[in-house]
Amino acid sequence: MSIMSIVSAVLYLLLAPFVGGILAGVDRIISARMQRRMGPPLLQPFYDFLKLWDKEKQEVNPAQGWYIGGFLLFVVLSGVIFFGQGDLLLVIFTLTIASVLFVMAAYCSNSPFSQVAAQRELAQAMAYEPMMLLVAIGFYLQCGSFTVGDVLHAPTLSILRMPGIFLGMIFIFLIKFRKSPFDVSMSHEVHQELIQGMVTEFSGRTLALIELAHWYENIFLLGFVYLFFGAACPLAPVCGLVACALVYFLMILVDNCCSRVKWQSLVRSAWVITIILGFGNVVYLMIFR
Amino acid sequence: MSYFTKSPWLVHYDGSSCNGCDIEVLACLTPLYDVERFGIVNTGNPKHADIFLVTGGVNTQNLSVVKQIYEQMPKPNVVVAVGTCACSGGVFRECYNMLGGMDKAIPVDVYVPGCAARPESIIDGVVKALGILEEKAKQLALAKGKGEEA
Repeated sequence: MSIMSIVSAVLYLLLAPFVGGILAGVDRIISARMQRRMGPPLLQPFYDFLKLWDKEKQEVNPAQGWYIGGFLLFVVLSGVIFFGQGDLLLVIFTLTIASVLFVMAAYCSNSPFSQVAAQRELAQAMAYEPMMLLVAIGFYLQCGSFTVGDVLHAPTLSILRMPGIFLGMIFIFLIKFRKSPFDVSMSHEVHQELIQGMVTEFSGRTLALIELAHWYENIFLLGFVYLFFGAACPLAPVCGLVACALVYFLMILVDNCCSRVKWQSLVRSAWVITIILGFGNVVYLMIFR
Repeated sequence: MSYFTKSPWLVHYDGSSCNGCDIEVLACLTPLYDVERFGIVNTGNPKHADIFLVTGGVNTQNLSVVKQIYEQMPKPNVVVAVGTCACSGGVFRECYNMLGGMDKAIPVDVYVPGCAARPESIIDGVVKALGILEEKAKQLALAKGKGEEA
């Protein structure tokens, strides 16, 4: 482990909440502009967070707080492994533990809203996990290593040989970012059919921690986008950051253009995309080395 | 410093209103009034809400619902009664099943009159409620501090 990787892991730990919060604010402003509204101030997500922190503690089940704490811990851990230039497979598995803990937290209460949403979240995990694994396999076939550090110092841009995997990953990121049309288990938008889905039964500090975990998660998901543009070339980082910005904008645009789909069509479309784009690209990488 | 005034989340409940006030409440979210400018979000979930925006009067059927929503909201919270019916029962006041305005069920902090209440006056009512929310947050913090000392 080099000094560089430790520095970037620590930077992620300290800065990701701020950058993630500002990105969330940008998201809300851009969404509002797309709907011809002014939108809230840029720092609104931080105001929301601080307000929730001061609210009364209300727990349906004391286990909730533990599960959410674990969710935050494992999201942060997977981000730290990623930015510490660790193993991609380990990152994906740690992230899976995080989402399992979140589902457990939603199952904690008897509320039908959070119960149904937790089941949908499991269906979502079933839909996006294969693609996440194909991303790791693709990087291994392209760069000969699962390590983030090696991928970043690849001789050529990975995206040139992995466009299918890239597009497939963007598709499942709509699920991970909880954007329409795939926000079936929870959403920031008002009055969805399950009230607020998974977070219906959370309030106060636990809800604030969930927000914090999402900021951490969003930053390192964008890190995956950046990874496709990792190369020894000096222009590559610029391309990577521009790609991250474009992908984030695309997420907001699709969110504002689409209505929610049923979870069945979510799983079906995610798997079709995974097989055609993801698996097809992996086969290509295996044949033309 | 308190952030309650910068991020008020509302839950809206239609008691026995004719839907006139509800449409005006929703009008506040449209591009013309856009209350999200002030960080106001219509959550639809009492557990996330700071402000309970209630329209229509209280009758024997919705009494328990109104009380339950109010009890599910974490403190500090405020109640804004929107429209004449929510303030006093309005034209339905003398009906056999009506109990009267919303203050017959839960403690109301701000009354917004009007039939139907205009979006401007609803926003004004919410802004008034923010001052009360701030005050309640301060009292809660004081009480909490005293509890920790003792």
